[in-house]
Amino acid sequence: MPSYRRSYLGLLGILLTASSGLLHAGENQVEGKSATTPVTMEPLASAVVPDTIEARVAACAACHGKHGEGIRKNEYFPRLAGKPADYLYNQLQNFRAGRRTAPQMVYMVKYLSDSYLKEIAQYYAAMNPPYPPPLNPAPSPAALTRGEALANKGDQSKQIPACTSCHGTALTGMQPAIPGVVGLYSDYIAQQLSAWRSGQRKSKSPDCMALIASRLEPTDIAAVAGWLAFQTAPQHAQPAAPSKQKLPLDCGSVAQSN
Amino acid sequence: MNKARYLLALACLAVTLAGCGKQSSGSTESKQHSTKAEDVARGEYLAQAGDCVACHTARGGEPFAGGFALASPFGTIYSPNITPDNDTGIGKWTADDFWRALHEGKSKDGTLLYPAFPFTNYTKVTREDADAIFAYLKSLKPVSQLNRENELRFPYNQRELLTGWRTLYFKAGEYQNDPKQSAEWNRGAYLVEGLGHCSACHTSRNLLGAERTDDQYSGGLIPVQNWFAPSLTSNKETGLGDWDVRDIADLLKTGVSSRGAVYGPMAEVVQHSLQHLTDQDINAMAVYLKSVPRKDQAPEIVQVEALMRQGASLYETYCTDCHRADGEGVAHIYPTLANNQSITMETSVNPIRMVLNGGFPPSTATNPRPYGMPPFAHELSDQQVAAVVTYIRKSWNNQGSAVTPAEVSAARGVPID
Repeated sequence: MPSYRRSYLGLLGILLTASSGLLHAGENQVEGKSATTPVTMEPLASAVVPDTIEARVAACAACHGKHGEGIRKNEYFPRLAGKPADYLYNQLQNFRAGRRTAPQMVYMVKYLSDSYLKEIAQYYAAMNPPYPPPLNPAPSPAALTRGEALANKGDQSKQIPACTSCHGTALTGMQPAIPGVVGLYSDYIAQQLSAWRSGQRKSKSPDCMALIASRLEPTDIAAVAGWLAFQTAPQHAQPAAPSKQKLPLDCGSVAQSN
Repeated sequence: MNKARYLLALACLAVTLAGCGKQSSGSTESKQHSTKAEDVARGEYLAQAGDCVACHTARGGEPFAGGFALASPFGTIYSPNITPDNDTGIGKWTADDFWRALHEGKSKDGTLLYPAFPFTNYTKVTREDADAIFAYLKSLKPVSQLNRENELRFPYNQRELLTGWRTLYFKAGEYQNDPKQSAEWNRGAYLVEGLGHCSACHTSRNLLGAERTDDQYSGGLIPVQNWFAPSLTSNKETGLGDWDVRDIADLLKTGVSSRGAVYGPMAEVVQHSLQHLTDQDINAMAVYLKSVPRKDQAPEIVQVEALMRQGASLYETYCTDCHRADGEGVAHIYPTLANNQSITMETSVNPIRMVLNGGFPPSTATNPRPYGMPPFAHELSDQQVAAVVTYIRKSWNNQGSAVTPAEVSAARGVPID
């Protein structure tokens, strides 16, 4: 539908031009003064707005929680807290580069610098709020059995490695760039695996999770997501230390941080 | 106006439409369909209540032979042939297969159907009624007409996405009677929520094209067509709050009433579907619709004063922490809204999209770590966004015009690139 495409592009153009006006309202004032006053390298913090990373990224808290604990209402906003900083940094870059497509995340990070994204990632990686209790109801016994098998043993016949082989024996992630997968909601996990399977979510190549997701049946996705979400996360869980063994698959997002 | 175009609300909004993703299942046993005249007749009636013919008939084509094109911003999908032709239709389907399609949104071979087929509503239909509809479809003359491939753009052509979508937004289950309500009310609810699939157009949708459960029947813009399906809530200004049950029944059955006439897509619904229903069923639907609660929000297209009152309240809740009660914001950190030209320009799309999507200003040399604004698309309905944007466009010394929920709805699905 080319006409639609065109009108959307037109709207986008308007948005870009005008939102920069909107967002730069404060900076324009700085520029206005610059003829007589040197521009400071960083805007002066107002007396009423703290110059802290917490205040600067307060917008993130609206969906991800004040301490990165995740989930608001029934939506599927994931926990960020305690995930390895490189993992979070990779995801922020992925949103900015189009490898991940959730529109609201793209709007958030599209114009932010690497150094700021890294700082944001480190901020949430250092958080450690309690994990929520697992959601009820329990998946069916058959789904739990399959989910547990996939998580702890994988499925050799389909060349699916166990989740634990990369995400840590306690599934709390592994430094420096592999996220924990406990303490998340099944909706979120299932959506991510489905998105990898369809190519909607991507990671840096080689995209190990895309390969794994392509080997999962939809029923496997539901089973492993249900089992993971049903586990009680260890309190104060931390990502495991980097593995000395080779990972079962090559992962661009892990290699890139080495 | 064609009902099928009407249904493209689904097509457009969703990561959706009539196709399929692989999943295991398929029919193992075959339940024989009924050929009794009374079942076939009842099935015909129920198929009318579901308005099946509208989407399953191409303009000028054989009834129920499919091929109707549902155009959407994501591409075009084509409805399938549901005549009992063995090779191109549902001739080889069993009653169990048909039940699975209605109840679970899965095709005979287990592939997942796009929710352009309103299985999120049809799942509420009883097995008995599904069997009757199937008996009727099997009684039709088979038409040999191949189904046409959908023409959806990536990623909407990826059927696997439906797995995640269904996890989030679909729960199979027949309609359950509410024992606190009358038999008439329950019959109406069954028809409105099930076969009637009224919510498909009269409820707004979220970013993934699923109906907003917190906003049921508050009205919604039908994309591409740009018809606004009005509120069915008890809102006095825009909904049915000021309507008599008689007026509602008249409108559904006859297309006209003392309160006005149907037009656009609803005219087609009345023509093909509702006018054929019994007075008893129409009255039941009217009774149920009349009972849809008023939402705790102002009318959708209202006097500016009401919007401003609601907007002021929302502004205080969501905006003052950063933008301040006087709209001045905090210099360099939170943009001023008072006397900001990008707020009051003639088109309101920019402030609407900022409220929906939020965002951070760019990292620059002088402002490398900007403060950001959260998105409110998940938090606020179209109506609420319209109210708060109206408020900021008209407060302090701003001289902007009021904003309608339809404008907000139109801004929700705009692609990023």
